[in-house]
Amino acid sequence: MQSLHFSRKQLCIPYALFLLLFVIIPMLLILFYAFTETVDGTIRFSFANFIGFFTSTAKLSTLLMSFTVAIISTAACLLIAYPVAYILARSKFRRKNVLLMIFILPMWINFVLRITALRELLDLIGLLGSQNYLNTIIGMVYDFLPFMILPLYTTLEKLDESYLEAAADLGGSKFTVFTKVTFPLSLPGVISGVTMVFMPSMTNYVVSDTLSNFNITILGKLIDQYFTAYDNWHMGSMISIILLVIIFLTMLATGGFKDGDREARGANLW
Amino acid sequence: MVKKILSVALCAAVLLFIYAPILLLVIYSFTTSNVIGKWEGGFSLDLYGQLFRNAEIMQILFNTVWLALAAAALSTVLGTAGAIGIFYSRRRAAKPLQAVSQIPVINAEIVTAISLALLFSSIFLYRTYFSLLVGHMVLCTPFVVLSVLPKLKQMDSNTYEAALDLGASPTQALFKIVLPQIFSGVLSGFMLSVTLSLDDYIVTAFTKPPMFDTISTYVYNAVKNGTHSSTPALRALSALIFVVMIAVLLIINLRARKPRSGKEARK
Amino acid sequence: MAQLKKEEKIIEIVNVSKIFDETAAVQDMSFYVRKGEFITFLGPSGCGKTTTLRMIAGFDIPTSGKILLSGKDITNLPPNKRPVNTVFQRYALFPHYNIYDNIAFGLKLKKVPVTYRNDAGETYTKMQKLTRKEIDEKVRAALAVVDLEGFEKRSVSTLSGGQQQRVAIARAIVNEPEILLLDEPLGALDLKMRKEMQLELKEMHRKLGITFIYVTHDQEEALTMSDTIVVMKDGRIQQIGTPTSIYNEPANAFVADFIGESNIFSGTMVGKRSVRFCNHNFECVDDFEKNEKVDVVVRPEDVVMTAPEEGMLKGKVINVVFKGVHYEITAQVGRSEMVIQNTQSRSVGDVIGMNIAPDAIHIMKKEFAANIYDGYITKKNTVVFGDGEFDCDVTTLYPGSHLDEEGYLITAAGEKIDLTDTDVIVEVGLEDIEISDNADEGGARGHIVQLIYKGDHYQYIVRTEENEEDYVFDSPDLWNENDYVSVKIKPENIRLRLKQEVK
Repeated sequence: MQSLHFSRKQLCIPYALFLLLFVIIPMLLILFYAFTETVDGTIRFSFANFIGFFTSTAKLSTLLMSFTVAIISTAACLLIAYPVAYILARSKFRRKNVLLMIFILPMWINFVLRITALRELLDLIGLLGSQNYLNTIIGMVYDFLPFMILPLYTTLEKLDESYLEAAADLGGSKFTVFTKVTFPLSLPGVISGVTMVFMPSMTNYVVSDTLSNFNITILGKLIDQYFTAYDNWHMGSMISIILLVIIFLTMLATGGFKDGDREARGANLW
Repeated sequence: MVKKILSVALCAAVLLFIYAPILLLVIYSFTTSNVIGKWEGGFSLDLYGQLFRNAEIMQILFNTVWLALAAAALSTVLGTAGAIGIFYSRRRAAKPLQAVSQIPVINAEIVTAISLALLFSSIFLYRTYFSLLVGHMVLCTPFVVLSVLPKLKQMDSNTYEAALDLGASPTQALFKIVLPQIFSGVLSGFMLSVTLSLDDYIVTAFTKPPMFDTISTYVYNAVKNGTHSSTPALRALSALIFVVMIAVLLIINLRARKPRSGKEARK
Repeated sequence: MAQLKKEEKIIEIVNVSKIFDETAAVQDMSFYVRKGEFITFLGPSGCGKTTTLRMIAGFDIPTSGKILLSGKDITNLPPNKRPVNTVFQRYALFPHYNIYDNIAFGLKLKKVPVTYRNDAGETYTKMQKLTRKEIDEKVRAALAVVDLEGFEKRSVSTLSGGQQQRVAIARAIVNEPEILLLDEPLGALDLKMRKEMQLELKEMHRKLGITFIYVTHDQEEALTMSDTIVVMKDGRIQQIGTPTSIYNEPANAFVADFIGESNIFSGTMVGKRSVRFCNHNFECVDDFEKNEKVDVVVRPEDVVMTAPEEGMLKGKVINVVFKGVHYEITAQVGRSEMVIQNTQSRSVGDVIGMNIAPDAIHIMKKEFAANIYDGYITKKNTVVFGDGEFDCDVTTLYPGSHLDEEGYLITAAGEKIDLTDTDVIVEVGLEDIEISDNADEGGARGHIVQLIYKGDHYQYIVRTEENEEDYVFDSPDLWNENDYVSVKIKPENIRLRLKQEVK
């Protein structure tokens, strides 16, 4: 067994080295930078960044605001995507896949260009410059809607019709069938969609910058600023660690650590 | 009936939301007007002429495509080999590899971007072509692994042994028997990598050489510096990319879907 | 067969063991395969038959031991260098090739010596690939052997299971291997197809004249096709022999139960060639020591029904099932059940007599007389063995001893002994073990891995998960294989012996 399978196992060595060098070590560097500070050109261990973050009202309010934007965007995505996914999945149309594709197709087109196009539209209807928060949320929904529709559609499409028939047969009204059977069974899709929308909504600063004329700072933007504008990589790393903890907690809460959450993204279009 | 009308109306409204900005840009790419909303000078292909004469934008287009192709090709080779290795390794070795593969997938792009910035600045390769290429590979390779692994699982594992049994060396068996069977996964991994690379802004911004731009970074900076609206040729570029991408995706999907749905029907 | 000489051994397995992740799939196995014979590895799943085949093919390398091919050591030779070809259970056809390319796969890789004459008139030999024409001819011939002429251009997915199986066979035999390995090749086919293919394979073996090594769990298949059968269980060989000898002279109760239908009874030798079971003394042909406990096997077709008063045994019919050619009649004889196959039927409730000829009574040594374990005594004066902890009576270790209030043992001579960690040998009789569904109840827990019906009771083996310790016991109650149960033993039934004198 050993000698026979050896040559195939070896194939993952370059990939393992790649992950070690360019994923694990960089993540450890963030940890290192987050808990150090540079004083007079020497680096020393410090909790200053940690304390600095949680004592700064500006940073905490950015965190809170990012949360609010992300929650509203995610909720709006879910409210729009669920009925669309439900209608598509339940439609009698023979080539439902094509319909679905029309809805999720934009996710394969450069998002900077799409957001810039949206900016032109918002400019045209007079929202640009006056409604920064609204525009940011519209932009997040616009960008991430396909990522919500896709997993919802996948779970709803796989849903066995006989469950619904059984529920109706046992005397459930249409409303009861939906709330007691359809929705609970589609929860994996909801969770998958929420994890795919929530985190980027907190961090994708291209959307907020472009649509708020650089007036709104979300958490991702704050990290960017500490690296590019303020040149304080230690604080930038600390904010990243806090963001990582948030990501970790959301994944833990939603049980999203299972394999293949995002496999859908690749498998479905190409 | 009412339900049906409501359903269609809802879908139509969502589609309008999704496609309105794209349509707007495509329509206004055929004027010479600097401002969208004012139809000046009638129908004209002038902006397209400007676009193709603009050496800077052409260079950026070229950069973007080359970067995407190079990153995707390297990621596909690395990721396919990685997936095969993971598949044939014992669970104890495969599990941590798969777990680490998830990091760039789950992680916020900004965190990936700054982690690479920290790494490359400490080895004096910050903002070089190398860091840019590696940055894009970090984004793409895990997705290649994710799209190849299921194909390996679907494959009849005895076919590799059958090839050895019939006299093929392990290398021959890998190329003649395993690779052809997982080829659809490899191809979708490559296509996915190309789109991920074309789509990226944040990692590019943190790893690119100072004088290098992709479409994403150029357009973002144009908006930032207020030069975006004064460069109407960008409108033509966007419109062109929208139309080409939509056409390509439609063709690929309509063609690819046909035989598969036929097979399902037979079952 | 007897005149076959030693050098005609084509495969020799010498003390081979194979361990996967600390569990032994094959343990210290030795046997040989004669050139040209049809040999079958037969046994239940997990018995090590497929692992043995894969080691001969070269897919798995033995953990220890040697494999010889025509006397040459091939233990570590990679599969592509071995003159053997395999037909896989799920065919393993290459889905991206058509039938022609599947069959030609091995031929295209092959190099054969070709002799040339140069200008100077000298001859020289070069290794070179087969020509297109040679490959074409061989593929066509192989397709003819499996009756699939004209299928060259078809794709794999358009073929039925049976046709795919034939292609798999053609793909293997086209390379003219010295040995053809077949890993449950008919397992995925339906019954009718399987019967047809059995005969075809047998015919193919006769025509090709090469060695066939066949793996199956289907005893009927093994009996139909093989020259030699190797019966395996738990990675060990139970019996090697011709189909007739294995059927007629099973080496132990497992083989008897696995091959064909059997009545298995516990019996006692009562004299020279005389055995007692079902409360009757039978004449028999096997000779064992007097008073030895033995397993007695009687095939259902060997039981002759007579009038009640003329039979050696008398019983009442409790069940009759029509099986096509014969009836299967179950009779209650005392506490035991006897299964009889006969072309005549009886009605339920009839009283019948039964006779058994001496040569129809197969007697074998009892495999398990008692369970014996290494164990040790704990602080609480319980005993730990077989992945479990049981209450026991430690005073049996020293005759006349008793325990004091603190739990120390006081010997008859008044000596005070601390028994903690004393190594002991534990013996538990087959009748002294009980099992229960309640996991908390007993001292050890495990799955039922084997059960054999022995006339009036079942013999079970419960195997623990941790160290795979076995508990063998008899019980009249019926449990199912794979049931997870706990093992209960009464303290008075745990017989303890000191491993060595405690100071």
